[in-house]
Amino acid sequence: MDLLLQTLLQGALLGGLYCLFALGLSLMYGVMRLTNTAQGDFILLGSFTAIALIAGLKILAPENIWLPLLLSPLLLIVAFGFGFVLQRQVLNKVLGKDPLPSLVVTFGLSIVIQNLLLEVFSADPRSIESAGLNTASLQLPGGVTLGVLPVLILFLAITTTSGLQWMFNHTALGRGFRAVSDDLEIAQLMGLNAKRLYAYATGIAFMLITMAGVLQGIRTTVSPSDGPMLLLFAFESVIIGGMGSFWGTLAGALLLGITQQIGFRFDPGWGIWFGHIVFLLLLLVRPQGLFPKTVG
Amino acid sequence: MTALLQTHALTAFYGDAQALFGVDFEVHQGEMVAIIGANGAGKSTFMKALTGLVSTQTQQITWNGQAIGGLAPSDIVKRGIALVPEGRRLFPSLNVEENLLMGASAGRKGEWNLQRVFSLFPILKEKRLQPSTSLSGGQQQMVAIGRALMSNPAVLLCDELSLGLAPIVIKEIYAAMPLICAQGMTAVIVEQDVSKAKEVSNRLYCFQEGQVSLHGASSSLTQAQISKAYFGMPDVPAAVGSIA
Amino acid sequence: MDTLKVSRSNAASRPALIVAILLVTVAASIPIWAPEDVRSAWMREFVEIACYLVFALMWNLLAGYGGMVSIGQQAYFGFGGYVMLMLSNFLGVNPFLSVLLSALCTAAMSIPVSLVAFRLQGGYFAVGTWVIAEVFRLSFANLAFVGGGSGTSLTAFAGISKAMREQTTFWLALACMVFSIALVYIFLRSKRGLALMAIRDNEVAAESQGIAVQKTKLAVYVVASLGAGLAGGLYYLSNLRITPDAAFSVNWTAFAIFMVVIGGIGRIEGPIVGALIFWILNKFFSDYGSWYLMGLGSLAIVITIYFKQGLWGYAQQKWGWSLFPTQRRLKESIKGKS
Repeated sequence: MDLLLQTLLQGALLGGLYCLFALGLSLMYGVMRLTNTAQGDFILLGSFTAIALIAGLKILAPENIWLPLLLSPLLLIVAFGFGFVLQRQVLNKVLGKDPLPSLVVTFGLSIVIQNLLLEVFSADPRSIESAGLNTASLQLPGGVTLGVLPVLILFLAITTTSGLQWMFNHTALGRGFRAVSDDLEIAQLMGLNAKRLYAYATGIAFMLITMAGVLQGIRTTVSPSDGPMLLLFAFESVIIGGMGSFWGTLAGALLLGITQQIGFRFDPGWGIWFGHIVFLLLLLVRPQGLFPKTVG
Repeated sequence: MTALLQTHALTAFYGDAQALFGVDFEVHQGEMVAIIGANGAGKSTFMKALTGLVSTQTQQITWNGQAIGGLAPSDIVKRGIALVPEGRRLFPSLNVEENLLMGASAGRKGEWNLQRVFSLFPILKEKRLQPSTSLSGGQQQMVAIGRALMSNPAVLLCDELSLGLAPIVIKEIYAAMPLICAQGMTAVIVEQDVSKAKEVSNRLYCFQEGQVSLHGASSSLTQAQISKAYFGMPDVPAAVGSIA
Repeated sequence: MDTLKVSRSNAASRPALIVAILLVTVAASIPIWAPEDVRSAWMREFVEIACYLVFALMWNLLAGYGGMVSIGQQAYFGFGGYVMLMLSNFLGVNPFLSVLLSALCTAAMSIPVSLVAFRLQGGYFAVGTWVIAEVFRLSFANLAFVGGGSGTSLTAFAGISKAMREQTTFWLALACMVFSIALVYIFLRSKRGLALMAIRDNEVAAESQGIAVQKTKLAVYVVASLGAGLAGGLYYLSNLRITPDAAFSVNWTAFAIFMVVIGGIGRIEGPIVGALIFWILNKFFSDYGSWYLMGLGSLAIVITIYFKQGLWGYAQQKWGWSLFPTQRRLKESIKGKS
């Protein structure tokens, strides 16, 4: 029983991270029907940028261990700007009924980023130093041990999800997102500037991506070729949860994490495979996902 | 008296298919102009062209003398032309109040705000937080009209207000029109019901196969003239009555 | 009274057909006239290009004509390779025959897979196919009898001379290439092909005209997977050594996308032009490793944004070139004067 509980909990904690991988994907698809096949690679770009920055800071101010933490809001702002400009200058040009151009462009970006990271950082796995945060653990009653970092990540996942959902439901920006997603033509008729709204959406998505990248880098080692795997996890989380709902994405991510964890228990080699299989089975049986947004 | 909104030999295409073949049209401040015609005559295409949803050439549409053809819809609404689209087309993810608020996105100043829309259509205030899709057809039409009004337009374009609505509801909707136009609002309405169109409008245009087949003062047009123009005879389009 | 004729050929297509036949004949005879020292290398390289081309042609059929963008066709490429190997190594089937049989097996495999894949549309369909490809990869990587993660070798050629093997592989590759091009061309000229283009342009309108949309899409998917399996079987026939990471690598699809986009999507000439350009680029720049790949990726991005129809598409628009005419044009011809 202990083992089952431990597996479920660890799976849920893993799911927290997957949720952070997936929120950006969900947001971009929800607002502009864009499938960002470079999602995983951008997450890694976030990880490696953080790694580079920290290495640089170590040289400039070796005594100060709090500086990276203080600079992280700055990183998020840069990420927003990056996403904003990317959407405005590149992705806006390939949006439309035909999914191919945006797929080719994001796929091209994926290849460029992967190889760029490979050139700059080599294929060696690296991680972000966190002064022991990644190994600290909590002892819960009942003999269950949880890592502090995974719990923190899950907490961040939940707050971010509810933050996003709140933004969508209670702000003018969120209203704009929902309107362009519902009916682009009529939204433009109302005076909304779709191109600018899309840029805001992608900017926010990139803040999420960067956060996910940094946490992944702290939690485990990252290497430039991890991108596709992260994309698939993000994608599966979104689909399992059901499109159109951020809470759905969180639920999907938790389920994926738990499924993978169960698979790992049987055989380390089959963990990810099991996650994929469950995903495909769910697709067969309930393609709309567990919690699809009901549109009247 | 110069026209507020005019079209000059307006043409419009859907890809390679031509839908409008040179439409001359004008509406003056404070007027209510009706457009009638059979299905496929080009009425909705005309509305779309006026609001920038279908592209046209620059000089073909003028607003207060300025050429606005081909501008983006968001630019046109900023100038004061608002559309109540055919089939309402409310935002399903938004509730009633949010749909109305969307109308104000263009940022035009004026008399119309949430309060005023709610006093025009009190039932909407009651249902303000409900999803727009849960309302009846007539109530949705009210939301669509209110949403267009929220942009404080100078000209209100209404595309088939009575589509899919029961007669009693249509009556209720049209009862609101005088209240809307009381402050000098100009309106162009596309209407399937010919007698209704005649009843509410000052002037009337009849479209047939992408062209104007008849236009004139509503009161002076006879049933025979309208039938002939509506169904299409190989005659030259006739203009009856003077356009002051 | 004028009569209207539907014409399909144009000025460029008839001489092009003659040139094509000549080229095929010249190519087929390479084992005879090519100099001793480069013969083997030329044949191997040709086989490799043929595999890339067949794979790209099929991807183009699926995406450009069928409107289904897949990032998972490598599933069938690898499957074709493995089945070919298994048939030859374990069932003693002649390897050349195995290639053809494995293509058929791959086509059969795609039918149940489509049940899952077709649950998704557009961009999500694309990523979904990638998940499926990953399942294939992980599955084969965990099968011990084909070497698991380290892969295995094709042993069925023991006892056949190298020259014999290379020549037959070469001719088989040439035949597969010609067959694939012909298959796609005939398919697109047929009624089914016209239906396919109608579906691509407007699915709802096509359905209302009585076109069996789902059936046609399935047909295209199966044909594309047959081609992918053929390419995979052929590749590993030549390569002799297969590993799951290489066989099911997404790079196959990446290269196919590149070839098709550079050449021009939705045109038969596109992948051919793209494959040529790709081969030339590979020859000169593949030594640059990551930088080369970054260049390819950037080029694909630039062409997608600024030259939507690819290079051949650009030529077709500007000068009306078409070597594989599938467009039907209305031609007026005046009857003899009375």
